[in-house]
Amino acid sequence: MSADKNQWQSICKLDDIPAQGARVVKREGKTDIALFRTLDNRVFALDDHCPHKGGALSHGLVYGDTVACPLHNFKISLQTGQAQAPDEGHTPCHKVELRDDTVWLAVD
Amino acid sequence: MQKQRLVLIGNGMAGIRTLEEILKHDKERYDITVIGDEPWGNYNRIQLSPILAGEQKLKDIILNDLDWYAEHGIRLVKGCAATRIDRERREVHTAAGEAIAYDKLLIATGSRPFMLPVPGAELDGVIGFRDIKDTERMIVAAALHRHAVVIGGGLLGLEAAHGLKLRGMDVTVIHLGDWLLNRQLDETAGRLLEQSLAERGLKLKLGAKTQTLVGENGHVTGVRLESGELIPADLVVMAVGIVPNADLARDAGIEVSNGIVVDDKLATSDEHIYAVGECVNHRGVSYGLVAPLFEMAKVLGNQLGGCGKQRYTGTTTSTKLKVTGIDLFSAGEFMGGENCDEIVLSDPAGGVYKRLIVRDNKLVGACLYGDTSDGAWYFQLLRQERDLADLRSQLLFGPPRDLGDHGTSGASRAAALPDDAEICGCNGITKGVLVKAIKEKGLFTVDDVKKHTKAGASCGSCTGLVEQVLMSTVGSSFQDAPKRKSMCGCTDHTHGEVREAIREQHLVTLADTMKALHWKTPDGCPTCRPALNYYLISTWPGEAKDDPQARLVNERVHANVQKDSTFSVIPRMWGGVTSPAELRKIADVADKFNVKMVKVTGGQRLDLLGVKKEDLPQMWRDLDMPCGMGYAKGLRTVKTCVGKQFCRFGTQDSTGMGIALEKAFDRMWAPHKVKLAVSGCPRNCAEAGIKDVGIIAVDSGWEIYIGGNGGIKTEVAEFFTKVKTEEEVLEYSGAVLQLYREEAYYLERTVHYMGRVGLDYIKSKVLEDATNRKALWARLQLALAGEPDPWQAQLGADAAARFTDLTV
Ligand code: SRM
Ligand SMILES: Cc1cc2nc3c(=O)[nH]c(=O)nc-3n(C[C@H](O)[C@H](O)[C@H](O)COP(=O)(O)OP(=O)(O)OC[C@H]3O[C@@H](n4cnc5c(N)ncnc54)[C@H](O)[C@@H]3O)c2cc1C
Ligand code: SF4
Ligand code: FES
Repeated sequence: MSADKNQWQSICKLDDIPAQGARVVKREGKTDIALFRTLDNRVFALDDHCPHKGGALSHGLVYGDTVACPLHNFKISLQTGQAQAPDEGHTPCHKVELRDDTVWLAVD
Repeated sequence: MQKQRLVLIGNGMAGIRTLEEILKHDKERYDITVIGDEPWGNYNRIQLSPILAGEQKLKDIILNDLDWYAEHGIRLVKGCAATRIDRERREVHTAAGEAIAYDKLLIATGSRPFMLPVPGAELDGVIGFRDIKDTERMIVAAALHRHAVVIGGGLLGLEAAHGLKLRGMDVTVIHLGDWLLNRQLDETAGRLLEQSLAERGLKLKLGAKTQTLVGENGHVTGVRLESGELIPADLVVMAVGIVPNADLARDAGIEVSNGIVVDDKLATSDEHIYAVGECVNHRGVSYGLVAPLFEMAKVLGNQLGGCGKQRYTGTTTSTKLKVTGIDLFSAGEFMGGENCDEIVLSDPAGGVYKRLIVRDNKLVGACLYGDTSDGAWYFQLLRQERDLADLRSQLLFGPPRDLGDHGTSGASRAAALPDDAEICGCNGITKGVLVKAIKEKGLFTVDDVKKHTKAGASCGSCTGLVEQVLMSTVGSSFQDAPKRKSMCGCTDHTHGEVREAIREQHLVTLADTMKALHWKTPDGCPTCRPALNYYLISTWPGEAKDDPQARLVNERVHANVQKDSTFSVIPRMWGGVTSPAELRKIADVADKFNVKMVKVTGGQRLDLLGVKKEDLPQMWRDLDMPCGMGYAKGLRTVKTCVGKQFCRFGTQDSTGMGIALEKAFDRMWAPHKVKLAVSGCPRNCAEAGIKDVGIIAVDSGWEIYIGGNGGIKTEVAEFFTKVKTEEEVLEYSGAVLQLYREEAYYLERTVHYMGRVGLDYIKSKVLEDATNRKALWARLQLALAGEPDPWQAQLGADAAARFTDLTV
């Protein structure tokens, strides 16, 4: 399962992720990754871990290019992983690409 | 880290209220300095009128004594004016020569009386009516002299004239307008007022213009009118208007236009400087009443207290004259105008006059004289822009009410009630106690009054009366809630407007709704999306499709998320009843999925805690029980007691009734969670008194209570009605809940919905109108008929995509 540093891997079809929703990618021994799909079919990948108290961002509500954490409503930017002020914190982002209708993730 | 320095100029009502709002949120955030040119702590300026009238003492009106400032670590520079703002160095200079540095500056300098620029205006004995100093001068003048002239027949002028009259002076009011209070009353009401003031011995010169003030030895002796008439005067009170104190700001180069110009965040043209109160000009308006200033204070206090940015969008004000024995009330566009209908009741001989202005089926103005007992209700209708369709024919006669609903009879007139009249029957609180608390503690809102006196805090049925006492004491009606509150930052529309648009424009999808209502964001936010989704599915059952992506996680996966991102699973146990077989099954499932805890909930059923998301579908299959919706804005539980089947006191089969109710309302989505309970006798072991709908069995039938809440703030349910049969319990409860489902705003529990529309309104829809009741009940049954069990609905072929994870 483990791949070379930053190796692109095809993960799933776009339609395997609900629009305005998320799907979790499990990794051996590492934090899960949440794949997000926005209303306009852009795809983002973040650690599935809220900087506040570790809520699963994949359970959050996706709007614009933001996800609201299900536990205490921190708003995390899908572009940057940054929490929206006044809250503070950052979630690591991962490289992800849509090639035709397939989602590719750069896994380290 | 060094604290930010917050400096407030103006130790008055708006400024200090803003500080109180900030401190509510964050006591530690700022180093606060207050600069005030009056020599006291903040006091209740409104009460200067009763002081002049001899109804109250100075010491009673201090709102914040010096200890308050000390307690909160606030430095008060009192009796010392701010003379200059140095924006570059961010310093305020004072008359004492000190320079006080700020990071944020708040200007709340209020306003000053406008002094007519007529010859003689500078004479001794010519004053305005603004502060303690002015009031004391009037009291002294009344003791020494005989003739007083008040220029200006507005609220302030008449209150001054009334006070001086009571102190034995011979008082003439000179008023430019054709009738008194021409900015608050129409002519008819103005004439009625004129008559009662004349009966009290005030001399009134209407349509009269002051030409000069005449004096001797530097002291005023008379007022000459343009008509040539000379009125003797030892004291002249100018009450012709107020001028915002904006000089400091103007001199500092801040934008000023008849008041310091502020935006909706109450920021001036300098981003470090804010302004609130009578000194500001907001959207072209400067206010002269307390209610808007407090709204501003709340908005700014939240913002400076670190609670996000809110907007202040203006206030609809209402007025009331503080002259004992005279009842008048006006609000909004009381003069009417184009496209307006007027509903008028006029009984000049009886001294009663009511004029209501209606436009587009909404109340836009009211002018009441003689009987103002319904003022608060009209004001509420006006601010809520409530549709009058169902009320119009009865509008003049006040809110629909039942006997006893307001504690005393319907024709309550707070002002006319004696001091020992009981206002709150639950807590035995008299009008005298209320008035004393309102004056001494400086209370302005019904909520404050409730908190301090407990009046209206139990059953709440006397809230209307409490509000009237408040109005007649402080002179205007205060509401904490802003006039209109938009749903969220994505739209300027209120919940009410959105609900209406969905119904009237037949909108069935989120996308269409956002488009039709010009949403500012492409797909909303976590606040509006769940609300819109609920409005759609409740308005168009069977037609609007539920959008799982518009639901928060609990309602999307039909389980309750835990702090460690696992879930809890609560199956239904109808009426709290289970069986050995069911318990064995639950035990097996708990073992199979290794649940962390099995717990009896406060809702009389079992909760399986700590379940992984991917296990949910299989667990539901294995349980093979209905979903308990323990996570939902919808029907939660129906608690029951053992009742007649077993209990020696039981009068009816409360368990069976509870099960029937839970089955009837199962799968019901609602604006917020809904809980019911059925007790078999008034001992009420199922705690029906704190449920959204509570049923108490009695020998002769069933009592239905509504609007209880056992949560954040315990609210006792209100008695709604008594019925005989189980079918009626279902029909009446169902109709109430359907009305709530159709009309409440998202996240408004029944108690809050009821608070907004009134118990009487719900009664009028469900009790008094049998056809409507049956229609509501039928609509609920229809909506629920097509509703699948939430768990079963999740078990389709695509469950995998929603509940399982991918791997790399
Ligand atoms: C499980 C339960 C506690 C228990 O162990 O007994 C519970 C658990 C939660 N309650 Fe409750 N409430 C539970 C009975 C109650 C009761 C008692 C009752 O129902 O008789 C009340 C007071 C009655 C009432 O609602 O009027 C109650 C008043 C609240 C409130 C305040 C509601 C209010 O309007 O004031 C909240 C917060 C909210 O809903 O916004 C809340 C919220 C919550 C949440 C959902 C908090 C959350 O968002 O995660 C809790 C989930 C815990 C979890 O990790 O799963 N819970 N909660 C009870 C489930 C009952 C059931 O079988 O469905
Ligand atoms: C007699 C009377 C009766 C009233 N009755 C009612 C009523 O029934 N209902 C109602 O809603 N409203 C009523 N009002 C109006 C109400 O009192 C005002 O709307 C309210 O007090 C305004 O609050 P503010 O903080 O803006 O101004 P203020 O309360 O006037 O506070 C401003 C403070 O700033 C001080 N100040 C000004 N310039 C400086 C400076 N350069 N340096 C330092 N300090 C300065 C002033 O001296 C004052 O203490 C009444 C007013 C009066 C005078
Ligand atoms: S009272 Fe309710 S919300 Fe609070 S901790 Fe207990 S279960 Fe959670
Ligand atoms: S864990 Fe995400 S907001 Fe608290």
